[in-house]
Amino acid sequence: MKIAIPMNEKTLNSSVSAHFGRAPYFLIYDTETKESVFIDNSASASRGGAGIKAAQVILDQQANALITPRLGDNAADVLEAAKIEIYKSVEGSAEDNIDALLNKKLSILSEIHPGLHDHRNK
Amino acid sequence: MTTETSKIKIAILSGKGGTGKTLLSVNLASVAPSAHYIDCDIEEPNGHLFFKPENLTEEVVTVKIPQVNPALCNACRQCVEFCRFNALAFIMDRPIVFEEVCHSCGGCSLVCPINAIDEKDKGIGLIQKGQSEQVSVYTGILNIGEATGIPIIKRLLAMEQEEPSPLTIIDSPPGSACNVMESIEDADYCILVAEPTLFGAHNLSMVYDLVTLFKKPFGVVLNKCLEEENPAEKFCEEKKIKILYRIPFDQELGLLNSNAEIAVRKSEKYRALFASLLDIVIQEINHETSSHS
Ligand code: SF4
Ligand code: SF4
Repeated sequence: MKIAIPMNEKTLNSSVSAHFGRAPYFLIYDTETKESVFIDNSASASRGGAGIKAAQVILDQQANALITPRLGDNAADVLEAAKIEIYKSVEGSAEDNIDALLNKKLSILSEIHPGLHDHRNK
Repeated sequence: MTTETSKIKIAILSGKGGTGKTLLSVNLASVAPSAHYIDCDIEEPNGHLFFKPENLTEEVVTVKIPQVNPALCNACRQCVEFCRFNALAFIMDRPIVFEEVCHSCGGCSLVCPINAIDEKDKGIGLIQKGQSEQVSVYTGILNIGEATGIPIIKRLLAMEQEEPSPLTIIDSPPGSACNVMESIEDADYCILVAEPTLFGAHNLSMVYDLVTLFKKPFGVVLNKCLEEENPAEKFCEEKKIKILYRIPFDQELGLLNSNAEIAVRKSEKYRALFASLLDIVIQEINHETSSHS
C-alpha cells in the first residue's frame, strides 16, 4: 500500500502540513518496500483548483491512502472517485502518523470543508 | 449640450461593501427623471430591496461546460494538462469536469485531438428586470459556489444597451477583482465611495489603483463625514483626486437607508442633496469629455 501525506519539509520526522492543496511536498510511503519518496506539489502555486490538482498528483502516484488534517470538497471528490482512503492525521510526525495508520489507530476524515470559490476582496 | 438628453453611464465603486455604495447608487438613479439602475454586485445584490421593482421578468444566464464523450476519449490527458483552472481531473482513465471550477474558456474542447469534448449549457445565475417608478432596475444574481459571475455582468450590460436610458447607474461589485473591471468597462465615469476612516482610505486606494489602471475619469464621494480628521480625504489630497461631494454623517439618512427606503423618494431635503451631487457629477463628465476631445 502507498500512503500520501502533505508535508512542509522533506523529512519523515517533521509534522504533517496543515494545508493539503497548498503543501509544498507530498510524502509517498510504500508500506511494502518501506521506501519514502518526497515529491513536489505542483498545485501549491496554482491560483484556483489547487485541491483538485493536488489530489491529481496523489492519484498519479498510485497512492491508496491519504493522511491529512483537512480536505476541501473538490479534492475529496477526486480522491473518492479514485477510491483513495482518506484518514485524519493526529499530532506528531509523518512517521508517527504512518505507524498509527498501520496500527489502525487513525479515523476516516469526516469533515470536508467547502471549496474557496469566493473571488471577492472583502 | 443639455445633460439630460445625452447618454451617460456612471459606475459606483468601493473597496468593500457597506460604505454607502448602494445608498449612493439607488439615490442617484432615483433623482434623475429617467434612469437605469444596474446591480452588478451579483454575489449580494441588494439594490432591488430598495427599489422593490414591479413587473419582473427573468432570464437565466448560461455558460458552456465541457462534456467528455467516454466512447471517443482515448485517455491522452491533453485536456487535463491544458486546463489552467484545474477544473479537469483525470480519474480511472477518464477526464472528469468540476463544473463549479470551470471558467468556460472552451480550451479543452479545442485541444482534444479527437474532438471527444462537446459543450453543454449550464445556468450560473439569473437576471431580473423590473420597474420602480421612473427607474428600470436590472439585477444580476450569481448562484452560490459558481467560479465566476463575469458572464452575468456582461449580459446585464448588454441587456441594458438594448433600451438605452439618458442615465445609467452601475452598482459595481465591491473590491477590485476582475468582476469589478468588467462592470466599469463601458462606464463614462467612476464614482469611488469612501468612509472617513483609515480602513476607508485603504479601501479607497485599492479602487483608485483600478480606475487609474483603466484610465477612467473619476471622482470621490466621501460618506458619513464628521468634523474630525478624515484619512480618506487626506488620501485624495495627496493623490490630487477630485472630491465631488461630502455626504455628512446623518442619522436620519442612515435610518432611511437601513430600512431599505430610498431617501430621495422620502424627503425633499435628500432629493436636493442627491440632485446637486448628480449635477456636480454630470458637470464633471461634460468637462472631461470637452477637455479630452
Ligand atoms: S472550458 Fe476551460 S476552464 Fe473549463 S474545463 Fe475546459 S479548459 Fe478548463
Ligand atoms: S484530450 Fe480528448 S481524448 Fe484526450 S483525455 Fe481529454 S477528452 Fe480524452
